[in-house]
Amino acid sequence: MTEAILPLALENVSLEIGGVRLIKDIQCRFEAGPRSVVIGPNGAGKSLFLRLCHGLIAPTSGAGRWQGPAGAAQPGAAQAMVFQRPVMLRRSVAANVDYALKLKGHARAERAEIIDEALARCGLRRLRDQPARVLSFGEQQKLALARAWALRPQVLFLDEPTASLDPAATHAVEEIVQAIHDAGTRIIMTTHDLGQARRLSDEVLFLHRGRLLEHAEAGAFFENPKNDLAQAFVRGELLWWRYGRDNRRAEADPTAEDLD
Amino acid sequence: MNRNLGTALTLALMIASAAAAAGERFITVASTTSTRNSGLYDYLLPKFQAATGIAVRVVAVGTGQAIRLARNGDADVLLVHHRTSEEQFVADGHGVERFDVMYNDFVLVGPKTDPAGVKGGGDAAAALKTIAASKSPFASRGDDSGTHKKELGLWRTAGVDIAAESGTWYRETGSGMGATLNTASAMNAYALTDRGTWLKFANKADLGILVEGDKRLFNPYGAILVNPAKHPHVKAKDGRIFIDWLISKDGQRLIGSYQLKGQQAFFPNAKAMN
Amino acid sequence: MNDFGDAFWAAFQLVVSLDADLTEIVGLSLQVSLTAVFIAALIGLPLGAAVALFRFPGRMAVVVILNAFMGLPPVVVGLVVYLLLSRAGPFGVLGLLFTPTAMIIAQVILITPIIAALTRQVIEDLWSEYEEQLRSLGAGPARALTALLWDGRFSLVTAVLAGFGRASAEVGAVMIVGGNIDHVSRVMTTAIALEVSKGDLALALGLGLILLVLSTGINGAAFLIKEMALKRHA
Repeated sequence: MTEAILPLALENVSLEIGGVRLIKDIQCRFEAGPRSVVIGPNGAGKSLFLRLCHGLIAPTSGAGRWQGPAGAAQPGAAQAMVFQRPVMLRRSVAANVDYALKLKGHARAERAEIIDEALARCGLRRLRDQPARVLSFGEQQKLALARAWALRPQVLFLDEPTASLDPAATHAVEEIVQAIHDAGTRIIMTTHDLGQARRLSDEVLFLHRGRLLEHAEAGAFFENPKNDLAQAFVRGELLWWRYGRDNRRAEADPTAEDLD
Repeated sequence: MNRNLGTALTLALMIASAAAAAGERFITVASTTSTRNSGLYDYLLPKFQAATGIAVRVVAVGTGQAIRLARNGDADVLLVHHRTSEEQFVADGHGVERFDVMYNDFVLVGPKTDPAGVKGGGDAAAALKTIAASKSPFASRGDDSGTHKKELGLWRTAGVDIAAESGTWYRETGSGMGATLNTASAMNAYALTDRGTWLKFANKADLGILVEGDKRLFNPYGAILVNPAKHPHVKAKDGRIFIDWLISKDGQRLIGSYQLKGQQAFFPNAKAMN
Repeated sequence: MNDFGDAFWAAFQLVVSLDADLTEIVGLSLQVSLTAVFIAALIGLPLGAAVALFRFPGRMAVVVILNAFMGLPPVVVGLVVYLLLSRAGPFGVLGLLFTPTAMIIAQVILITPIIAALTRQVIEDLWSEYEEQLRSLGAGPARALTALLWDGRFSLVTAVLAGFGRASAEVGAVMIVGGNIDHVSRVMTTAIALEVSKGDLALALGLGLILLVLSTGINGAAFLIKEMALKRHA
């Protein structure tokens, strides 16, 4: 067993792009174990938050630290991420997984077995020699999951993995996420689908306008959110009318598309 | 990656040069487009190669450029037709010695309708003067070639300040004899050309010979070995064999026997026959 | 204007008689241009990809220069290569002037910027699509370079074909450094120029037609291969 990189601690993390603060003073900690789901309205900064945790972007101020015994060295090697729009290389399904394994330094001899297992678990075995780019959107997302899973990450980030999928594909993806969790990988994902958040979360982080307004155990959160905005969000109310309250972009078009 | 790249590069260049080198015995001759276009080389060189086993690679450019090539040592033998430049080339130490090889002549061609009315005259300079007076279009090489130099000399003899007329009725094409004749036939212009190129030229359109036979239109060709003392890599031995062959009884006879459209195109005039 | 009819007739005669000189000229044209394209691709593809992926001082200048050099006048390239390879020049001892090798060198200089500049654009676009995923997998620009070249292969075929088109069509550079020597350095374009200078416009046009058919054939073949592969890989 490799050494753990968790827990992950974010200390006063802020992100500013083009003079606009998109993530504001986030302070939080992810322990090993539970599944975390990040929710919040469009433009809340969910995707940016995930990328900051994963290390794809560096915070303008503050820091994210992997505090486990293996966290100081190469924490990136023990993480993976599945994006909202899967990026498929122009090669076969199996070769897409193979490339990821190669990058992580797996020897050629051991790769074939890992690929087979990951594809089987995600229900893609019969497609293994198909070109990845001709798969349906749902199959591509499954392949992204298989690719991530093959890496056996300690932490898997998922950014709205079912945002553009139909219910059947969504169900399949959720099952795979659950299986990955059961195999011992820490899940941190974003979603704007409250039903999915209820189904997949052990703990919930509620983001709004770049601030972390609530970080709570899932049962408690859905029963009785402390934050009033979170309450409204859980009730399914639209939050656009509250824009003036907590940001410097009060004049911004509230229907503007998701910034993250 | 970098090593592979280097290897592939070297390999490709090797393949390419192997095809070129192939161990053939050859010399490079810098000559003029007009000589090449006359077809004389296609007639002579295979016979020379059969006799000596030496292939001749002809780089055909304007006389001015041919002389520059030879001066840089990029040719073994120079075979051009502008006596003054050739003598200068030898005097400067770039060439060993100039040998007379042959001559042909220049002719003044122009539209058969002859708007300036120069047809049949035997005085080239007088004809040019008439053309200048009538401002009829004239296409010039304008490329520092032997033909161009000859033409400029004739304008001087005719007392016409031709530089002042450039761009009006006097058109400098800045290209080879063939291209200039193409221009002349397209514009129905007068032009000075060597007889060899003219006879072989296929796009005559409405042009015809108007003035010929003036001894000022005499066009001598000289062969010079590029000085091996200046350029050690010059193939002096084979180059000398080529020149000797050109001025030998055999070479001279062959030059005289070359015919274009049933006419003798070149007249051998080498002094030392062996 | 009877020249076009004559041109078709001349081209037809040359082709059906499998004229030995023509075969030789076509062979040399292909040898020179394909070798030049091969070498230029070996240099231009990684160079273009590197410029697309790495940030270094003077990168903007390199991009501008690559784009500008796409339009290098062949005659100027020919002249520069002539001066370098001339016996009086720095590489004169190699004795490469007036050989196919000299022509290849000139064409490599001519088309490497084309391939590099087009590659840069392709790889830059691809990188913006792949960057997050590849970074997440632990691949920075250096490791991503080969994967991106491979994934961009269909677009890059076009870049290489553009280079081939330029190489097989240009006359200015090969004329100067090759010398248009019969049986040694005469290629399609210099042969065409020669026939024009002899005033045999029909034969020149006929040769031009054959050149056109050849390059159409090569482009068509490349297009078909690309289409077939694209159908497989979307």
